[in-house]
Amino acid sequence: MTTATTTVRRGEVTIRDLSKSFTLNGRRLDVLRGIHLDVASGEALAIVGPSGCGKTTLLRVLAGLEEPDRGEVMIDGAPVHGIGRQRAVIFQEPRLLPWLTVTQNVSFGLEVRGQDRASAAEKARHYIRLVGLAGFEDAYPRQLSGGMAQRVGIARALTVQPEILLLDEPLGALDAMTKLTMQEELARIWREEGVTMILVTHDLEEAIFLADRVLVMSKSGHPPRPIEIDVPRPRDRSAPSFVALRRRLMAEFGLH
Amino acid sequence: MTLETVETGALAAPPIRLAGARIGQVARAGLARYGLLLGFLLLWQLGSTFGWINPTVFPPLDRILVALWNGLASGALIDDIAISLQRSGLAFAAAVGLGIPLGLFMGQIPAMERALDPILQFFRQTSALALYPVFILLLGLGEASKVFVIFWATLFPILLATIGGVKEVDRKLVEMARTYGATRATIFRRVVLPASVPSIFVGLRLSATTALLLLIAAEMIGANRGLGFQVMNAQYNFQIPLMFAAIFLLAGLGLTANAVLVRLQRRLCRWSDAV
Repeated sequence: MTTATTTVRRGEVTIRDLSKSFTLNGRRLDVLRGIHLDVASGEALAIVGPSGCGKTTLLRVLAGLEEPDRGEVMIDGAPVHGIGRQRAVIFQEPRLLPWLTVTQNVSFGLEVRGQDRASAAEKARHYIRLVGLAGFEDAYPRQLSGGMAQRVGIARALTVQPEILLLDEPLGALDAMTKLTMQEELARIWREEGVTMILVTHDLEEAIFLADRVLVMSKSGHPPRPIEIDVPRPRDRSAPSFVALRRRLMAEFGLH
Repeated sequence: MTLETVETGALAAPPIRLAGARIGQVARAGLARYGLLLGFLLLWQLGSTFGWINPTVFPPLDRILVALWNGLASGALIDDIAISLQRSGLAFAAAVGLGIPLGLFMGQIPAMERALDPILQFFRQTSALALYPVFILLLGLGEASKVFVIFWATLFPILLATIGGVKEVDRKLVEMARTYGATRATIFRRVVLPASVPSIFVGLRLSATTALLLLIAAEMIGANRGLGFQVMNAQYNFQIPLMFAAIFLLAGLGLTANAVLVRLQRRLCRWSDAV
């Protein structure tokens, strides 16, 4: 019975009464105020909102890069502090080490966590294939395009087999065409890997395309509002239900 | 029949033309790079032989080469090279051995860097040659003061370049390593150290140049052996070809040191566009 609960609870995130403020030029800035949030195991959650609403701060707290002032973050029912092995972060920039090849970059996370070089490289090769970079194993980051470099970053995060994948505007710096392809890729990877995915984005269409639920955050300090995305997968951007949801989300931001 | 010969001729021609073009290309590239230097040396030789320039001050190159050969064959210049290499090599090694570890350490700890920076800047701006008399008073006229003055001047470029390299490491890469749970030591070994290598090499090359500069100055001031001494001594004795031979040897030493460092840098920083 207990084993059953633990397997079910893999990658479950619970946030209780989370607050975080910064001091900017002597003024206190409440970025997050009393956030409550539950993310189910294997769920894809997108967080959207205007710049300065605290979405990135929320993700950084979840990643363990920032400590909250109040409240707590629980993963699989246990409170967590700081960085942990259940989570991996994908940043807006690929953040590759320029002196390492693609394979070495992808193995980096595993090697840091103590795995030996050979088995880390073998696992890395599997994920390099998964993100569609087979044949580029020995390339250096400067030889890659922006989209390819970001795929390497994604492969590196997947290689450590996290329960929770945290993505901070991962496709924000890519051109429109690459972005569309990468959204398809992310949807596929999420489905195949069965991870919990928490994605911060300012692209409403991206949020609807990828997420089970979109959390709308605002600057005014209103509690964030979740919106269910009940569009069947694989999603079609021009389907009426998709378009209707996009219109509804845009209205949330006063856009028409 | 005629057609055939024309055809074979046309077929046979390209390889030859290609090889010829290749040689021509290499020659052109070589000429573009070294042409001015060759022209300068040729002008020197002709100018000195025909008396366009004063041959007592600028003896023809063939006489300088003869002096160089005699010096090397008799072993006199070999001794000078050996002692000069020993002085600059010791000082350079000591500066690198102290400068790189200290720089890596200081770059990591901002409080220490802030505290030490003013005194480092003060020392750096004080010419090592101005301090040479002080070093002579402290260490005597022997080898120690010469090696120390070179070490002193050589330390700062490598130290400051290393500190700069560590400080300029992309914080985002450090944060990335942190999200995978990397410890401070792992971050240092796998992120900070490799990221600093290009700036460390800039420092090494600057330091090598400084080491030779100070070597010559120190040997001119108070030595009775060494290439710097030989330049001065040959001038006093009016052995102008020998003087130039020593000058050319010093230039060769500098070029060699730089070439070795560039080679090493290319090997270690293949990933970087900078080289």
